Amino acid sequence: MTTAPLLRASGLVKAYGPTPALAGADFGLRAGEVVAVMGPSGSGKSTLLHCLAGIVRPDAGTVHYDGRELTAMTDGQRSALRRSDFGFVFQFGQLVPELTCVENVALPLRLDGERRKEAERRARAWLERLEVEDVAAKRPGEISGGQGQRVAVARALVTAPRVIFADEPTGALDSLNGERVMALLTDASRDTGAAVVLVTHEARVAAYSDREIVVRDGSVRDAEWAA
Amino acid sequence: MSIGHTLLGLLESGPRHGYDLKRAFDERFGHDRPLHYGQVYSTMSRLLKNGLVEVDGIEAGGGPERKRYAITEAGVTDVEHWLATPEKPEPYLQSTLYTKVVLALLTGRGADGILDTQRSEHLRLMRELTRRKKDGDLADQLICDHALFHLEADLRWLELTAARLDRLAEEIRR
Repeated sequence: MTTAPLLRASGLVKAYGPTPALAGADFGLRAGEVVAVMGPSGSGKSTLLHCLAGIVRPDAGTVHYDGRELTAMTDGQRSALRRSDFGFVFQFGQLVPELTCVENVALPLRLDGERRKEAERRARAWLERLEVEDVAAKRPGEISGGQGQRVAVARALVTAPRVIFADEPTGALDSLNGERVMALLTDASRDTGAAVVLVTHEARVAAYSDREIVVRDGSVRDAEWAA
Repeated sequence: MSIGHTLLGLLESGPRHGYDLKRAFDERFGHDRPLHYGQVYSTMSRLLKNGLVEVDGIEAGGGPERKRYAITEAGVTDVEHWLATPEKPEPYLQSTLYTKVVLALLTGRGADGILDTQRSEHLRLMRELTRRKKDGDLADQLICDHALFHLEADLRWLELTAARLDRLAEEIRR
């Protein structure tokens, strides 16, 4: 395939102290594509995701997003881009415990200046889509892990991001709940045209992707986009 | 497991008699099921007929004559092709994959590629089953899940083997 990538990383290197986490990673993500990032624990999967999403700055190499060089942006610019274009789902939902579920999902919209009523209307629509509208008024401490992860997916999707970064999104769930979350996440992203970078060590989770790349010892084998 | 390809691969390190081939095969791959002499000779005559091996010399002795076989260029290409082609994911695949990995290391080829190609093939099938499961009824889901869990077990073995390749290569070189 020749479609230009929406997100493109070249020669990424990142070390934490003396420990190398990435040792030359190349990666490309097309618009709307779901790519699984696989590899053993400690291979550099999460570091790759953090570099791609502009959460950490690599020691060397570049990340381009939609024609702009993410690695050359200021912290403020990257932060603004993350809010406008990216959505995040982590292993543990990381919902704000003091807010209700609908307030949690509405939060990214509120931070962008949306009025409460409209933000919560859109949040409710996503909770419904993720089949958890009944927990809207509950706080994260009052719901199950599977429900919490669906709320987190709703929060990632509510701003209509172009890329969703999911780091072991089913890691804390049992098989049945994990599969349901994956089905809902990939269906919703396909419907909205969002691309997904899915970090997982589970093959059954990776099977929801369009293709996979493998990170081993900080190197990435992305046959399609190798430099 | 393909005995023909395995014997061909063993010939890459140099010409051997049928008896040596059987011994090398049993030592590496025949833990539970050593080869019969008949299997070795019938396989070698098929490989000879297909031009994948040639007779390198004949020793006349007290007993039956002993042919020494050498692999041909076409034979090397055939091994190469076999190693590079993923196996159809199915139960008890491990013995074939184990043979491929050991043979690749024995013949100085990398084994990473074999494992990567096989992982892609497994995941391709897992994606197909996942799609079928999503569109199917509960019976379809249960049937697909059974296959998916088995494929996942294979993949875990592939990952573990990939993580142990350096050690395996060292042991084989000893």
